[in-house]
Amino acid sequence: MTSPSTGEAVAKPASSGLGWVLDQRVLLSIAVLAVLPWLLPSQALAVNVLIYGVVVMGYNLLFGYTGLLSFGQAAFFGAGAYFTGIAIGRYGMPWFAAVPIAVLLSTCLAAAIGMVSTRTRGIYFSMVTLALAQLVYYVALQASSFTGGENGLRGFTVDRINLFGFQVNFLDPVNKYYVLMAFAALAMWFQSRILNSPFGAVIEAIRENEQRARACGYDVERSKLIVFMLSGAISSLGGCMLALHLSIVPLDLLHYQTSGMIVMMVLLGGARSFFGPFVGAASFLILEDVISLWTPHWQIFVGAIFVLFVLFLPKGIWGTLLDALGIGKARP
Amino acid sequence: MDLSLIIMQLLSGIALGAVLVITALGLTIVFGMLGVVNFAHGALFMIGAYAGLYLASLTGSFWWGLLLAPVLIGAIGMLIEFVLIRRLYGRSIDDPLLLTFGLSYILVEGVRIVFGSDGIPFPTPPQLVGVLDLGIGFFPRYRLFVIALVAVVLLVLWLTLEKTRVGLIVRAGARDPTIMQVLGVDIGRVWLAIFGLGVGLAALGGVLAGPMRSVNPEMGSLVLAEAFVVTVIGGLGSIVGAVVAGLMVGISISLVALFAPEMATIVMFGLMAVVLLIRPEGLFGVKGRTA
Repeated sequence: MTSPSTGEAVAKPASSGLGWVLDQRVLLSIAVLAVLPWLLPSQALAVNVLIYGVVVMGYNLLFGYTGLLSFGQAAFFGAGAYFTGIAIGRYGMPWFAAVPIAVLLSTCLAAAIGMVSTRTRGIYFSMVTLALAQLVYYVALQASSFTGGENGLRGFTVDRINLFGFQVNFLDPVNKYYVLMAFAALAMWFQSRILNSPFGAVIEAIRENEQRARACGYDVERSKLIVFMLSGAISSLGGCMLALHLSIVPLDLLHYQTSGMIVMMVLLGGARSFFGPFVGAASFLILEDVISLWTPHWQIFVGAIFVLFVLFLPKGIWGTLLDALGIGKARP
Repeated sequence: MDLSLIIMQLLSGIALGAVLVITALGLTIVFGMLGVVNFAHGALFMIGAYAGLYLASLTGSFWWGLLLAPVLIGAIGMLIEFVLIRRLYGRSIDDPLLLTFGLSYILVEGVRIVFGSDGIPFPTPPQLVGVLDLGIGFFPRYRLFVIALVAVVLLVLWLTLEKTRVGLIVRAGARDPTIMQVLGVDIGRVWLAIFGLGVGLAALGGVLAGPMRSVNPEMGSLVLAEAFVVTVIGGLGSIVGAVVAGLMVGISISLVALFAPEMATIVMFGLMAVVLLIRPEGLFGVKGRTA
C-alpha cells in the first residue's frame, strides 16, 4: 500500500513476453474489438458483443475478482439505459451530458443497493441482490409516466453525434460501432486501472480469504461497497451504449433474467480474466443467433450448455484456453 | 375504513401467505440440510402447477392432481439431486446455485415446448367454487381450503421433524453430517430425500396457487423472488422463520393492496431491506451461518 501508482500490487510474471501482454491488455483488447465487425456474421451482432461485453466486464469486477455472486446486475445495466433515455428524451440533453449523468445516477443506485446487500454474505448476497433488483424492475413498471411502464421507454433518438466539431452520422452502422467502441475502450482502461491498483489487490484478497483480509487491516465492508459501486458504474455505461444504439429501452432489461444472462456470459467466457467477458458475450450471442435460426426454443439449449459448463468447464472458454497455454495465472 | 373489510383482507393475506409459506419452506429446508439454494425452485413451482393441471384433467379430479403432482415432481427433484447436484458437493458454494439457475432455463423452455407460451386457466375444484358467509363478509371457499391444508401440512411436517426417528436423523444431519456418517447413517440418502421433499413442497405450492393465479411458464419467476424475500426475512434454514415471514409478507401485500394497490408488489422488498438493515441474518436466522 505504499505507492498509489500502478503495478506493484499485482504479481507480474517474470517472462517479458507475457508481461508485455499483460501491460498492453487494454490496447490488445481494443485491437480485437476494432476488427470484430469483420469477424462476425453481422454488424448488429458486433454492436451487441460490444455492449454486453462492457456490462459483463463491469460484472466481472464483482463476481470474478471479488467473488461476490450478484444476481442483480440488470438493475445497473437497465438504470444506465433508462437514465440516458430520460435525460435525452425528456430533458433534451445532448448525449455527452446524458451519458455521464446516467452513469452517476446509476452509481448512486448501486450505492443504495450495495449498502443493503453487502451487509450479507454468501448465498444471502445472491438472493438479496436478486430481490432488490426485482424491486427496481417493479418500480420502473409502476412509474410509467417516467419510464413508459410495460411498453418500455421510447421517444428519444440520437441520429447525429457531434465529435469535436465533426458531425458523425450515428445511423450509419460502422460509425455507430466505432463511437460505441470508444466508450468500451474507456471502460476497459478504467477496469484495468482498478485491477492494477492496490485496491484491485484488496478485492482479490477478499475473494481468496475474507477473514485474512480483515485481519490484515482492510475494511472489507467498505471495499465491497466500493467495488459494488464501481461494478455498477461500468455496467451502467453498457446500458448507456444500449440506449444510444437502440433508441428504445425495453422493460425486460431490468428483469432478473437479464441478470442471469450476464452471469451466464461471464461464466461462458471465463470469470477473473480481463478479456473473458467479451469472449463470453460473443459466444452467448452467437449461440443465440445460430440456434434461433432453426428453433424458437433456443433457451433450452443455452440452459443445457450452461449446466455443462458449470459441471465440466467452470473456468469458461477464455479461462480454460489461458490455462492450456500456461498463462492462466496472469489472466490477460 | 370498515373494520370487517380489513379483516377480510387480512384473511386474503393469510391465504396468499400460506402458499408463500409452503414454497419458501421447501427452499429453506433444502438449504438447512444441504447448504444449497435452489434457483430452479420457482420453475419447479410452475411445473407443479402444470403437472397438477395435467393430472387433474387426466384423472378428471382436482384431488388426484393435488396429491400426485407433488409426488411426481418431488421424484423429478430427487433425480435432479442424484444426477446433477450431487456432483457439486464440496465445490464452491456458488456452483449448485449456478447449476440450478441454468436448469430453470431448461425447465421453463421445456414447458413452453410442451404446453405453449400462453397462460392456461386452472379451474377451481367444483366442491370449492363460490364463497362462504363468515358473518362479516363473503370469503372464497377455495382460499379457506388453502389455509386449512397448509396448516395441516405444517403440522405433519413439524410432528415428523420433532417426534419421529426420521426427524431426529434429519435434524442431526443438518447439525453435523460427518458425525451422522460415523454413526452409520447414509447421509447421501437423507439429502436425496430432503431435496425431493423441498421440490415436492414447491410443486404443492404451485398446484395450490393454480386456481388463484393464472398458470403460465413465467409464473415461477415472481414466485422465486417472493420465496427469496420470505426466506431472507425469516432467516435462511429456519422453518419457523419461513412460516412467520411468509404470513407477514402475504398479509402486508394484501393490506397495502387495500390502500395503495400500485405499491403491493413493492412493499415486500421494502420489508426485506428494513429487516436486513436491522438483522442481517433474518428474524430467526442463526448469526454467522450465512450472514
